[in-house]
Amino acid sequence: MNYKMVGRFLAQILAVEGIFMIPAAVISFVNGEIHAFQAFLWSLFAICLVVILLFLVCRDTKTRFYAKEGLVCVGISWIVLGLLGCLPFFLSGEIPKFLDALFEIVSGFTTTGASILPEVESMSKGLLYWRSFSHWLGGMGVLVFLLAIIPAGGRGSGYTMHILRAESPGPNVGKLVPKMKDTAKILYLIYVLLTVFNIIFLLAGKMPVFDAVCTAFGTAGTGGFGIRNDSIASYSPYLQNVCTVFMLLFGVNFSCYYLLLMRNFKNVFHDEELRMYLGVVLGSIALIVWNLRGFYGGLGETIRHAAFQVASIMTTTGFATTDFDLWPSFSKSILLSLMVIGACAGSTGGGLKCGRALLLLKSLRRNIRKVLHPQKVQIVRNNGQMVDEKVLENTNAYLAAYVVIILISFIVISLDGYSVTTNISAVFACFNNIGPGFDAVGPTCNFAGYSPLSKLILIADMLAGRLEIFPILILFSRSTWRHG
Amino acid sequence: MKILIAGDGKVGAFLTRELSAAGYDITLIDSKQNVLESSIERYDVMAIRGNCASMDILQQAGVKDADLMIAATSADEINLLSCLTAHSMNRDIHTIARIRNPEYSDQIYRMRGRFGLSLAVNPEKQAAIEIEHLLKYPGFLKRDTFAKGRVEIVELRINGESKLKDVALNDLNTIAGCKVLVCIVLRKGQAIAPDGNFILREGDRIFVTAPTDNMTILLKNLGIITHKVKRVMICGGGRISFYLAYQLKKSGIKVQIIERNYERCVELTSKLPDVCVVHGDASSQSLLESEGIEECDALVTMTGMDEQNIIISLYGNGCGVPQVITKIAHLEHAQIIENLPLGSIISPKELCTNAIVRYVRAMHNQTGAAITVHGIADGHAEALEFLVEQTTRYCGVPLKDVQVKRNVLIAGISHKAKTEVPDGESTFDVGDTVIVVSSREEVIYQLNDIFE
Repeated sequence: MNYKMVGRFLAQILAVEGIFMIPAAVISFVNGEIHAFQAFLWSLFAICLVVILLFLVCRDTKTRFYAKEGLVCVGISWIVLGLLGCLPFFLSGEIPKFLDALFEIVSGFTTTGASILPEVESMSKGLLYWRSFSHWLGGMGVLVFLLAIIPAGGRGSGYTMHILRAESPGPNVGKLVPKMKDTAKILYLIYVLLTVFNIIFLLAGKMPVFDAVCTAFGTAGTGGFGIRNDSIASYSPYLQNVCTVFMLLFGVNFSCYYLLLMRNFKNVFHDEELRMYLGVVLGSIALIVWNLRGFYGGLGETIRHAAFQVASIMTTTGFATTDFDLWPSFSKSILLSLMVIGACAGSTGGGLKCGRALLLLKSLRRNIRKVLHPQKVQIVRNNGQMVDEKVLENTNAYLAAYVVIILISFIVISLDGYSVTTNISAVFACFNNIGPGFDAVGPTCNFAGYSPLSKLILIADMLAGRLEIFPILILFSRSTWRHG
Repeated sequence: MKILIAGDGKVGAFLTRELSAAGYDITLIDSKQNVLESSIERYDVMAIRGNCASMDILQQAGVKDADLMIAATSADEINLLSCLTAHSMNRDIHTIARIRNPEYSDQIYRMRGRFGLSLAVNPEKQAAIEIEHLLKYPGFLKRDTFAKGRVEIVELRINGESKLKDVALNDLNTIAGCKVLVCIVLRKGQAIAPDGNFILREGDRIFVTAPTDNMTILLKNLGIITHKVKRVMICGGGRISFYLAYQLKKSGIKVQIIERNYERCVELTSKLPDVCVVHGDASSQSLLESEGIEECDALVTMTGMDEQNIIISLYGNGCGVPQVITKIAHLEHAQIIENLPLGSIISPKELCTNAIVRYVRAMHNQTGAAITVHGIADGHAEALEFLVEQTTRYCGVPLKDVQVKRNVLIAGISHKAKTEVPDGESTFDVGDTVIVVSSREEVIYQLNDIFE
């Protein structure tokens, strides 16, 4: 283990967090929220202190950096980001308990959007901005951001690949262009452009600027922190539709956008994952609209609510325009299933990912065929190309880890005595980075009622879900820390 | 600049290391997933899996906007086809192919245009030329020539009996009897750019610059015994041995090749009528003795295995063979073999890489590019030769007033007819060539890069 290199990376990441905290502090200052402004200053001071200490300790280091360091780096960075990022909430006293503040910011960075706040409108503007901005930063990944700005290292700079792999969601992460720095830049460029478009469309619908920026951050990161108590419900139908479209756009694999920019339309339209994603979205909307007939005033309204909720849950955003906890169970079951599937690989969304679900279904189909026709050589194809057995193996292992962690979390949080629906949907909502679940953690409720132990478990679930399990799991493995 | 490298073998990996460190956009193409993966994990490059000669794969790798294609797979035919295909898909692309089979060398020369080749490299032939060079002027571990052969950088080892042991560099010129300059000292695997007070120790390898005319004086005054090589024993009958034996024979040197494979022996005998080809295992001590290793003037170990080459060379050195040359394919061992008496070390893939890197540099910067580039000191440093142009700074300024970057040294200046090892009073002018030795991390593209 090259601790010093990890330390240096950590210092750089915290410096990035500190720099991005400054706008939030300025907003607090402009709005005259003195206690919040002071809390930001103290937090910035703490971050500076840690950064300077880390830089001093880890000054001279060898650039030896392998897969293990990459995974550990990502895992630790996200935990430390949360620990320091929650300080403004805690120090300002607006979230009195440290664990609650940590839950809130981890929920932000992991783009979950699960909240412990019973109502958010009374919160200071600066803190609201910081809460929403954490979605934006966490959506594409802080380390990927770092890769875009740090100078390209000399020899052996291939290590950056380990970081991209560990932080970007999906079973098969690759670069778009040969250089990591350029790849990271392209990803962020697409991300920023889409976010700006989103803000423009929201402003066109006469949304106040502050609301538009925060909502766009929540949409872009597929996070889901609203700045109103009723999430998006009180905005106009136009604004809700804009949100629906942009949520779906942010749930698409970003390399599709790169291909579009490169005018390679054919590959985009033939992308199996994208087709499955759109197919599932349209199918779910149709089924829910059918199931909800007579629930709302007219067909238009029904479609609007159904589309919004499907987009919100499928892309793991977690905004709501209506209390879908009141929907009939068939619709709720569809939403619960969408929670598991999640968005496309390489997007800002969470969940199992369409790409991975597709691979699992295909390898299941192969195994069934293998039983019927053992001698026939069978391979799994994706977009016409053979999928490496190693990728399939990893996908299966991922599914196993996914199920095990969800079951354990479910059992542990059941100690608090909530209903089975509440607990299972809470774990799903946190692990898949969605936000609201059903029943006691439904869109109009929050997670405040859980015990500290359950909150810790859910925090770990959110991190594991965002980082695709292994970077977090590896931190608990003894062989990671043992020499040799 | 965008570069495609087809074939992620030894040469491909070495090129990837050098070129990605120099900051180029590299895409690797190979048919094996595991070698690509290990490259992706080590270097900041992209990889495409597939056949590098197929249009589809080249398309995926982005041949349309690439500037250079380097085909370095193990098969000459695939390399040629890849370059041909790449060239037909993109007229402006430069192509470099590795062509090793001697039977093709003639047609490559004549049909270069039709194959769309910008450069064909033959690592084995280059290695053979390098070895021949060393054998003709014994006494040095490595020689690189500059300024049309008028200046050289040679490598010497300071051993127990050396006159240079425990000598400060300030006193070097008096002992050597002529003006020479130590530009790099390699001590325990680290390259040091020494100053005048630096004291040479046993085990150091030093890289010395001097005009070629002074080399004989240097050798004499340092007490390095040189005698003309008349008889050479080559262990292993691969391609390098073939080229080498052919060349040596032309200069009238007696050559003996020991090769294990009988068919290869017959093939060599038929192609090289005057060479004595012996069928047998070169690692067998008794065979070496019976073939008269002790009477040889030089031993060249060229078998396919580094370990075997090392052992035979050690044995040859023990038998008192005056000059030993060892082929090492995997230079990763460089630190381990550092202190073994293996004589000169030749690495074909390194030579080949140097030739390609030189081409890339020249492409990168059409004007003011280095005329020659030699990697020295196990790749820790580079010696480059530049032409002084109108745009070059500090023309006519004495070197003592010129601010040169750290770890960069002006090692030689060649005026029209005379070459000199510079001191503080020396100057250079438009039309001169300047030899620069740099042990810096970043790449020096043109002469102005060396000034502060």
